[in-house]
Amino acid sequence: MSGFRTIVGKAVAMDRANVDTDQIIPKQFLKRIEKTGFGQYLFYDWRYTKEGEENPDFELNQPKNQSASILIANENFGCGSSREHAPWALSDYGFKVVIAPSFADIFHQNCLKNGMLPLKLQAEEVAYLIEKAQNQPYHLTIDLEKETVTDNNGFLASFPITAYWKRMLLNGWDEIEITLQLDEKIAQFERSRAVIS
Amino acid sequence: MGKTIIDKIWEKHVVHQEEGEPDLIYIDLHLVHEVTSPQAFSGLRMKKRRVRQPERTFATMDHNVPTVNRYKIDDPVALNQMTTLEKNCLEFGIPLAGMDSPEQGIVHVIGPELGLTQPGMTIVCGDSHTSTHGALGAIAFGIGTSEVEHVLATQTLWQTKPKTLKIEINGQLRKGVTSKDVILYILSKHGVNFGQGHVIEYCGEVIKRMSMEERMTICNMSIEGGARAGLISPDETTFSYLEGRKHTPKGEAFKKTVMQWRELASDDDAGFDRTIMIDANVITPMVSWGTNPSMTSGIKDSIPYLKDCKNELEQKSLERAIDYMGLKEGQKIADIEIQHVFIGSCTNSRLEDLRQAAEMVKGKNVHPTVRALVVPGSQQVKKEAESEGLDVIFQKAGFEWRESGCSMCLSMNNDIVPSGERCASTSNRNFEGRQGTGARTHLVSPVMAAAAALYGRFVDVSEKVSVEAL
Ligand code: SF4
Repeated sequence: MSGFRTIVGKAVAMDRANVDTDQIIPKQFLKRIEKTGFGQYLFYDWRYTKEGEENPDFELNQPKNQSASILIANENFGCGSSREHAPWALSDYGFKVVIAPSFADIFHQNCLKNGMLPLKLQAEEVAYLIEKAQNQPYHLTIDLEKETVTDNNGFLASFPITAYWKRMLLNGWDEIEITLQLDEKIAQFERSRAVIS
Repeated sequence: MGKTIIDKIWEKHVVHQEEGEPDLIYIDLHLVHEVTSPQAFSGLRMKKRRVRQPERTFATMDHNVPTVNRYKIDDPVALNQMTTLEKNCLEFGIPLAGMDSPEQGIVHVIGPELGLTQPGMTIVCGDSHTSTHGALGAIAFGIGTSEVEHVLATQTLWQTKPKTLKIEINGQLRKGVTSKDVILYILSKHGVNFGQGHVIEYCGEVIKRMSMEERMTICNMSIEGGARAGLISPDETTFSYLEGRKHTPKGEAFKKTVMQWRELASDDDAGFDRTIMIDANVITPMVSWGTNPSMTSGIKDSIPYLKDCKNELEQKSLERAIDYMGLKEGQKIADIEIQHVFIGSCTNSRLEDLRQAAEMVKGKNVHPTVRALVVPGSQQVKKEAESEGLDVIFQKAGFEWRESGCSMCLSMNNDIVPSGERCASTSNRNFEGRQGTGARTHLVSPVMAAAAALYGRFVDVSEKVSVEAL
């Protein structure tokens, strides 16, 4: 993964709460053993009709939302199954950022591990962004270093991110590599409790 | 102030700690299944990394497996995923309970059953229902595939210490009300994200009296409330459940271990970040009617009215949900007709679940318009149930008796509910499309599912039907 500092992109609004990972990527697409290629199945049951046609009512299918890279949704986004196929599908589709008032814990973690930013903003801020993005093509800038989200029109919000993840993402570090540097400490821990019941 | 079991287990597992940073915690047991692991193993291979502790890792296949003709897997993509797991386990030296093993089953059923799951452990699996194992007094939580890879390579995880939430359940459960109804009730009252960032400890009189299997049902659905994990302090019930299981210490060693396990329980004066009190006396048999597990009501209740919603967002969710479910506001739960019944999943596919359901259907017949399935959670559960003759009871009543696996809980194999049809299901999620595209899931307890099979609709098992077994 390579590091990044800012993301500029078009935002699409999905004014729904409790969007679960079964919707983000339905189970019939979890049988593949690769990490890539899941974008075509993203939100499959919402995106396509029973006949396999694009559903024109679905947010992502609207012409003004094409090539969006920032998804704005409502509370508890990514609840349910731990499937990392959900962030894989979002990022394969082209999303780099998801903004919501709250996220399910495992999904939040899974996003960060894949270099995708789950940004938690205040409910009023999210409501404002949703309204903007629903009505017009809408662009946002995310600055990871400054921890801010801005638009071209004076909107400014800051998002929380731990020092740990800020460092990992800015530098694009491999987490396993970092942990393996503590190999001796792990071994020592293992020796210190010879038998774990 | 005393310590919670969560504090105690956490402290014992910290490998590395720095102010303002997540802790590096050691993982005692890593369970693996076919769906969320292949990309992790590929990652290891690409970087030429090994599995640090293969003997702390245990694999099985459950999500994709057929429950009839179990060796005949029609879908080549699913077959590839299963053989990939076999190859990975062989290459990295990981024990595998594969299709031909008498230990095969749903990963969260076999962990406790084999005594792999033990009090005081940290347990992870690439599966959100790992919270099940908390019933034995372990911190057990679901992780994504990147974390699976991290645990395989390092046997550790970077984790911020979760907050603690105590749910105390006191009183007396009414006849016909089971642990499934208790957790559905909690979700109906507190929603699908009240547990975010927390580990829940369930306690109180009702939990004390529950069997190990009933406790597993409750912990299993902690994730449905958004919690990181759910657990129960170990007690005599836990110890006697574990005694004599395959991977638990034997003889004197067991006694010594039990002494250590006793120390784990939360201290009486332990402080929690939050507490929720539940009165068991008011809980009735529950039925979910919507598209997330908090959209659940008592059997005597009705679907809520749109006008009673707290805000616009809630109203929109309710509208979407009842539209998907083909229901009307104000409709009585007891009037909902069902076409399918699924008794199974890591929530309710253990021996006690099957016994209760069998007691309900014994000598009776499945309603002519209903198709009903029993899918034991593991090969071992299946064998024990058969030795008690439960398979015969079910089949005589008109149920199909299947091989072990996840089956219709998420319908990755051929066990699917057709679009627009309804299923009374003992599983844990009623999300849109979970049991098949357009399928409508109603979450219930095993005994409620069994009764629904007989009547073709939901009935109040606490009064309409005699339930001596309860
Ligand atoms: S039974 Fe259902 S919830 Fe449990 S592990 Fe299998 S698919 Fe997941």
